[in-house]
Amino acid sequence: MANKRIDEPTGTETVGHEWDGIEELDTPMPRWWLWTLYLTIVWGVVYVILYPAWPLVDKATEGVLGWSSRGELAEEMSVVDQARATVREELARIPIERLPENSELFGQAVAGGRSAFQVHCSQCHGSGAAGSQTLGYPNLNDDDWLWGGDLKAIEYTLVNGIRAPGVEDTRTSLMPPFEGAFEPARLDGLVSHVLSLSGKGASNGTGVQLYQDNCSVCHGAAGEGNRELGAPRLNDAIWLYGSSREQVRDQILNPKMGRMPHWSERLDPVTIKMLSAYVWSLGGGEEFVEVAEDPTVEVDEEP
Amino acid sequence: MQAEAALGRVGLWLLVMVLSVVMAATAADSGMAAHATIIGIIAFVMVWVTAARFDPLGKTQGFFKMPEGPSRYDDDPIRWGVLATMMWALVGLLAGVFIASQLAFPQLNIEPYFNFGRVRPLHTSAVIFAFGGNILIASSFYVVQRTCRAQLAFPALARFVFWGYQLFIVLAASGYLFGVTQSREYAEPEWYVDLWLTIVWVAYLIVFVGTLARRTEPHIYVANWFYLSFIITIAMLHIVNNLAVPVAWNGSLSFSAFAGVQDALTQWWYGHNAVAFFLTVPFLAMMYYFVPKQAERPVYSYRLSIIHFWSLIFLYIWAGPHHLHYTALPDWAQTLGMVFSVILWMPSWGGMINGLMTLNGAWDKVRTDPIIRMMVMAMAFYGMATFEGPMLSIKAVNSLSHYTDWTVGHVHSGALGWNGLISFAAVYFLVPRLWKRERMYSLRMINWHFWLATLGIVFYAASMWVAGITQGLMWREYGPDGYLVNSFAETVAALHELYIIRALGGVMYLSGAIIMGYNVWMTISGKLREEKPMGAMPAYDPEKDRPIAGSASPEPAE
Repeated sequence: MANKRIDEPTGTETVGHEWDGIEELDTPMPRWWLWTLYLTIVWGVVYVILYPAWPLVDKATEGVLGWSSRGELAEEMSVVDQARATVREELARIPIERLPENSELFGQAVAGGRSAFQVHCSQCHGSGAAGSQTLGYPNLNDDDWLWGGDLKAIEYTLVNGIRAPGVEDTRTSLMPPFEGAFEPARLDGLVSHVLSLSGKGASNGTGVQLYQDNCSVCHGAAGEGNRELGAPRLNDAIWLYGSSREQVRDQILNPKMGRMPHWSERLDPVTIKMLSAYVWSLGGGEEFVEVAEDPTVEVDEEP
Repeated sequence: MQAEAALGRVGLWLLVMVLSVVMAATAADSGMAAHATIIGIIAFVMVWVTAARFDPLGKTQGFFKMPEGPSRYDDDPIRWGVLATMMWALVGLLAGVFIASQLAFPQLNIEPYFNFGRVRPLHTSAVIFAFGGNILIASSFYVVQRTCRAQLAFPALARFVFWGYQLFIVLAASGYLFGVTQSREYAEPEWYVDLWLTIVWVAYLIVFVGTLARRTEPHIYVANWFYLSFIITIAMLHIVNNLAVPVAWNGSLSFSAFAGVQDALTQWWYGHNAVAFFLTVPFLAMMYYFVPKQAERPVYSYRLSIIHFWSLIFLYIWAGPHHLHYTALPDWAQTLGMVFSVILWMPSWGGMINGLMTLNGAWDKVRTDPIIRMMVMAMAFYGMATFEGPMLSIKAVNSLSHYTDWTVGHVHSGALGWNGLISFAAVYFLVPRLWKRERMYSLRMINWHFWLATLGIVFYAASMWVAGITQGLMWREYGPDGYLVNSFAETVAALHELYIIRALGGVMYLSGAIIMGYNVWMTISGKLREEKPMGAMPAYDPEKDRPIAGSASPEPAE
């Protein structure tokens, strides 16, 4: 330590070592630094007394405050649940078709439905419920319904799903593939006729004939569709898999048929009710008509 | 003699090549086959150059204008290391700008090799392990020789460390693009690449400790404590976290030895200590050498360096569980992570104080010397990041910040501000000395680099703070009816503009590094730019390089 010297600019003594020209000053540690370090250590000691900290043989010390992250979560959730309990009880009681009559309860249901929709439905139907024409996810904002657009029909679809495997009451139907059934020229005529149903281009004799023989059973003579079978309307401007000639031809030859999971096992009945109310409220919801009492009533008619 | 040795080397490379071809042919999956092919190609090139000339690197050393002959110190691997640092910095930053742009414009995802999922680990590994790792290995070899006044022990092994490490980088990076990954953050390379790195790393330890043992100084300088703790701890972390069982000896897939929450805890014990012992401790070592050298001032406080070194390495190793707040990890372990992280605040700042206060008596250099300016900014960002870190580890703050871009902003203010700037400053210090030039080609370009980098970080960090807090608040927003207001997709859409600002910050930072690449290249070429002087730089005096006290004829390098 013979090389100790006083550093001129700072007036501090050096430690006396030197490495490649680097020396070190013997400055004491800054007091504020040291005291802040001590303070954080004291805080740490207090914290491990108050909160779960020391692992023992079976479990860790629980801390004087008795706090646990699971306990905190349970508490917060129960506060939220209690706040919603009344609404949920009322929603559970009310028959879904009577829901729009109670505007306050209906508003609550739509709010809850929107939240559930963002979590469970937006992946396919989009966060604005506009669906996707290219991928075949229906737009829920319009009034074109494949399986019915009143509150009860929407709820039924949610509970049982569409073509959901292993669900007994699921909505189901099958469009047969027509691959190889028609010669190309005749197929072309059929495509023209299908497009003409919604006013896109002119029809032709071959197309009319083929349509009558093969398609009208489900899609209706004028292409009005059939909700019993989930057969889409063909005489409107709304298309599930696209309206170009190629897309229509592909759909005839190798039909895509959408699936939707059934939600009765994942969501409770009240949440499904709220989801139905939300979807119904988006713009195309239809009034409920008691079909069962009089099957002749035309459900397709706009209310 | 030389011919025989060369013939032996040809045979060795030939053997490696044949083994790689066999491996490529019998591999169980395409990733393993691709990696065996890469090694085979390297071996083939080595057969060819070894057979053509006995000195395989002589020609390229001429191309990079490396000074010839043994110098007082063994600087050859360091020169290679500086060049590799520069190249990987550009690659890593470019990959970063690319993935930042992908987040703003998802159309830029090019399937399958260049989607976000594969390029993201390429970016993190390229900047941390390739750019950071190379400057750490190079600077540690430089510093340990000077501060021990000894030449590198085992010069051949030191060269193996450098080239072996580059092979590790190439295998890791190409693996990510091929889809070879064990999906552990910052530890993505598969089992055989991990084994290779272990071999290289042990060689590194041997060279470093061997050089320490050869020292002609009575004491070990503080920078070397930091380097040594880095090498030892990274070896431990790497081995434990990568314990895995391969599915087949000729396949790339393996399964971790850990499962469930133990797996998560091991991973974040490793992950956080990668931050600690890769991105903090050895960079502090660089600070402890290059700041006093550039400022020509003594280190501020020897006592502070002892206390903050030991408290830092003791506390850091426990802080990992703060990455798993509010998860399945038991509460007591979360407490442990949080308490140690908060106490870590002052030990972290000890390094900043020691670095900044070293400038006492030389503060005017911040105005005149762009390299000092860069070092000061690096230490300032180090201080900010090590304050923000303990703050984010507090559970109440973490419940808002966790999983958001705030974390990304925090990491980058540390990585770009601290690791990046201190490394750039070290390269600017090293290049003129290693290539025996009077100074860098242009000091004004260093100044440009400084401002581009600093502004880039400001854009990056500020946009990510706003983005993170926006995300956190949107995720937890409850409506008056008691339901969550936002879907996840809506929170993503809200960040679009901020992501563009972030990418812009990255472009600025990358531009600074490109200017640096040009500056380094021109310096190596031996050119000096005609420009208005910026201020006094410390003069380089070769006579001060004293490898072995009293020894007149230094040993040859190899």
